[in-house]
Amino acid sequence: MTEPISLELTRKDFVSDQTVRWCPGCGDYAILAQLQKVLPELGIPKEKIVFISGIGCSSRFPYYMNTFGIHSIHGRAPTLASGLAAANPDLNIWVITGDGDGLSIGGNHLIHAIRRNVNLNILLFNNRIYGLTKGQYSPTSRKGKKTKSSPMGSIEQPLNPLTLALSAEATFVARAMDTDTVHLGEVLKAAAAHEGTSFVEIYQNCVIFNPNEWTGIDDRRTRSDHVIYLEHGQPLIFGKNNDKGVRLNGFKPEVVDLGGEFTEKDLIVHDETSQELAYILAHMEHPTYPPPMGIIRSVRKPTYTEELMGQVRMAQERNGMGDLKSLYHSSDIWTV
Amino acid sequence: MSDPTAHFEELESVVIRFAGDSGDGMQLTGTQFTTTSAVFGNDISTLPDYPAEIRAPAGTLAGVSGFQVNLSQHDILTPGDAPFVLVAMNPAALKASLPDLEIGGIIIVNTDAFTPTNLKKADYESNPLEDGSLKSYEVHEVPLTSLTREALKGLETLSTKEKDRCQNFFALGMTFWIFDRSLDTSESWIENKFAKKPEIAQANKIALETGFFFGETTEVFRRRFHIRPASLPAGTYRNVTGNEAMALGLVTAAQKMDKPLFYGSYPITPASDILHALAPLRNFDVRTFQAEDEIAAMGSVIGAAFGGALAVTGTSGPGLALKSEAMNLAIMLELPMVIVNVQRGGPSTGLPTKTEQADLLQALYGRNGESPIPVLAPKGPSDCFDIAYEACRLAVRAMTPVLVLSEGYLANSSEPWLIPDPNDIEPIVVKHPEGRSEDDAPFFPYLRDEETLGRPWAIPGTPGLEHRIGGLAKAPITGNVSQDPRHHEQMIKLRAEKVARLANAVPEQDVFGPAEGDLLVITWGGTFGAVRTAVTRARKNHNYDVAHAHLRFLNPFPRNMEKILRSYKRILVPELNNGQLAFVLRGTYGLDNIISYPKLHARPFKIGEVYQKLEELFNN
Ligand SMILES: Cc1ncc(C[n+]2csc(CCOP(=O)(O)OP(=O)(O)O)c2C)c(N)n1
Ligand code: SF4
Ligand SMILES: [Mg+2]
Repeated sequence: MTEPISLELTRKDFVSDQTVRWCPGCGDYAILAQLQKVLPELGIPKEKIVFISGIGCSSRFPYYMNTFGIHSIHGRAPTLASGLAAANPDLNIWVITGDGDGLSIGGNHLIHAIRRNVNLNILLFNNRIYGLTKGQYSPTSRKGKKTKSSPMGSIEQPLNPLTLALSAEATFVARAMDTDTVHLGEVLKAAAAHEGTSFVEIYQNCVIFNPNEWTGIDDRRTRSDHVIYLEHGQPLIFGKNNDKGVRLNGFKPEVVDLGGEFTEKDLIVHDETSQELAYILAHMEHPTYPPPMGIIRSVRKPTYTEELMGQVRMAQERNGMGDLKSLYHSSDIWTV
Repeated sequence: MSDPTAHFEELESVVIRFAGDSGDGMQLTGTQFTTTSAVFGNDISTLPDYPAEIRAPAGTLAGVSGFQVNLSQHDILTPGDAPFVLVAMNPAALKASLPDLEIGGIIIVNTDAFTPTNLKKADYESNPLEDGSLKSYEVHEVPLTSLTREALKGLETLSTKEKDRCQNFFALGMTFWIFDRSLDTSESWIENKFAKKPEIAQANKIALETGFFFGETTEVFRRRFHIRPASLPAGTYRNVTGNEAMALGLVTAAQKMDKPLFYGSYPITPASDILHALAPLRNFDVRTFQAEDEIAAMGSVIGAAFGGALAVTGTSGPGLALKSEAMNLAIMLELPMVIVNVQRGGPSTGLPTKTEQADLLQALYGRNGESPIPVLAPKGPSDCFDIAYEACRLAVRAMTPVLVLSEGYLANSSEPWLIPDPNDIEPIVVKHPEGRSEDDAPFFPYLRDEETLGRPWAIPGTPGLEHRIGGLAKAPITGNVSQDPRHHEQMIKLRAEKVARLANAVPEQDVFGPAEGDLLVITWGGTFGAVRTAVTRARKNHNYDVAHAHLRFLNPFPRNMEKILRSYKRILVPELNNGQLAFVLRGTYGLDNIISYPKLHARPFKIGEVYQKLEELFNN
């Protein structure tokens, strides 16, 4: 036997020996780097961390992490992760999925994993395109999007990953961008700390097949004018000079300039526990609104495995540990 | 005093069918009769037959629900070809069962149900009780509904509807009287079942007793029968259906591995009862997971296997089709798990409540790429226990998913099971690699055991064993992603060889009858009973040169298989599909003496039809 590996982990401990094979400039690199930076800070032994992915560029992720991992099949990562959590409730499990993997072929599994509140951190890399299959439109591609499979423009209404997660009763919903790595790191840490399903949408750049998708949103120099960073208990303020905010006009959010007719007191104050507010925020889409970044909803509810193992314990207390002999005899028996 | 058994006719065996509307409680009546007969000591075999619709229109042929039980003083292997006694609760039940009934057999009908409306619903143009069409049978007309109502007159708190629900117990009581059976077992069942509804309990008991005494006092039934207890091997018995035995076998395997049992499944007839049997066993650390679909069930099982649990899923044909892609992932990941497929009539939704054996080729070959998987099949309800245990043992030994092909017929039929002593069941030894430190040699996830070719089962949580596996083609030993053509070939051959070597871990095939000669009959799955009985009779009555080999291991075949096959002039393969095993045997062994004998009715073989087939083969 060996002594337990020391918990003083560094980024290097999480780097595997496999060469990373994403295109140069792909947003996936930044996300990988952030996770490798954040994981050593969580205080979780490395052997308890598992990455499970589906299929797609993003789903190559587990190969690059020096943890336990499964690169599974298209769309099904949440199912493997749920079974793993049930078998082994103290693991720290990450599900890596794409907008096609998680919302198209695997949409059903995503909903149900979230609904069950399995203790998983689900990271959905949203590049609004099918990267691995070379550039077809995805369920998050905007209407009118011209791709190889939609030369005259997509005629489909896109899905909003956040509202989908919320309607599946997600207990933790957040959003981050590959270009804002510091903020991404904070969101990932919060997701890891949350017990139950943490769902994080990450705006991710596919520089090859969808290069301009986030233009006007994620640019380092101007993004503070175009997105809003949420903080629990704080008013919804944004803008380079903190001069804009969001207030409620009836049921509708409204972007207002501060300093004139409106002051901070008129603005919505973020409350991570409010289901109603979460819906309003999740629906705030570019360019009408600054899309929100950060934690949209976070509430504590019993997780699937807490409930499952609770039943196991309760049954063992009530009926005693299972005994095969009495199980075999638990029916009308006769002796010859 | 005269001998009390004087008016009894002695029978060696008898087949009884209870038939009625799906709401009439016939499954319950049949089960009660079975349990009592089993406790009495008969050998028994049962076959429930119910419609796919939960509540088909009352009184119609589509709504008939039947339960057939064969009881005997000998060892029996099937629920019987033709009922000798039929209890028919309405005209539709009579009409649906009559073609199966033995000529000269006994029919007990509920005359109250023979109304013009019900006759019309059953498509009868005239009343069979009056038009002489039943003259080859011994018919007993009993106004069951009114007699039951009359018996329960005193129970004022019960509605007429509630009283009418007791008429199946009246019928049961009469049948008990005819066969001279004790009411004790059923009475205590009623007391238990309705412990919280004492009035319902009382009503059912009164109905049961009144039915019994009706036989005694009215002398309607001139004939009564005795079937002596069978001389079964000594021990304690209970009755099990195939699905119950499967569930018991899985829990046993988990306990014998010292592991939690993870059972991920999506409900589907006729496999759901396995889930129902396992769900209450939380105190055995059984973790059932009702997945959102069969794909999710299969995925969850792979995840649970990676996590170190004994991981099992159960489904039926359409669900197995959905699982295929994930099963291939399991084959690539080389993790141990068990997939139980309780076959039903197909293709597509097919015949959900009827039996078939038509998923054999799907099981063996129905996935993309080279995809070898061990396949096992139980031969009867109680054998599901042993097959479940075997499947788990082999899965762990070779680090592979294992497929079990059960059948609707086996799943729902029941027979006595000689209860084993759990201490006599071998433990299944599982070795997980231990943790490592940086100074130790690196961990190779695909470094194989030399004997079994299984790879290490390294579970998350073990320090130093961090590794990644996936569905992409990989290099041997390291398991790293590789597109090298030699690696691809090597891994295909290793996975195939690993499955083939399981033949070393299973018993040789046994043969009933001569070790060489004219005809070998080969079967698999639930056809065992009918075919073994037919072969036995044919040998006894005609002295035919015929042997029977029944396969429980379909991949790999037992190691002496080829030798057996080459020892006979002709090989007959009866199966409930269009010749799938025959096709596999021809292809695997290049045989040209195979006679396929398909039955495509989605119903089990009858002993008589197999017997006739043998006569045909020997007379031409
Ligand atoms: C069953 C199945 N169907 C289709 C594919 C092909 N396929 C692989 S990845 C992919 C789409 C991936 O898109 P996304 O999830 O957005 O990931 P990205 O590559 O953009 O990161 C498709 C259609 C597959 N691997 N498996
Ligand atoms: S195709 Fe797009 S998503 Fe895929 S690796 Fe290249 S840049 Fe990244
Ligand atoms: Mg994508």
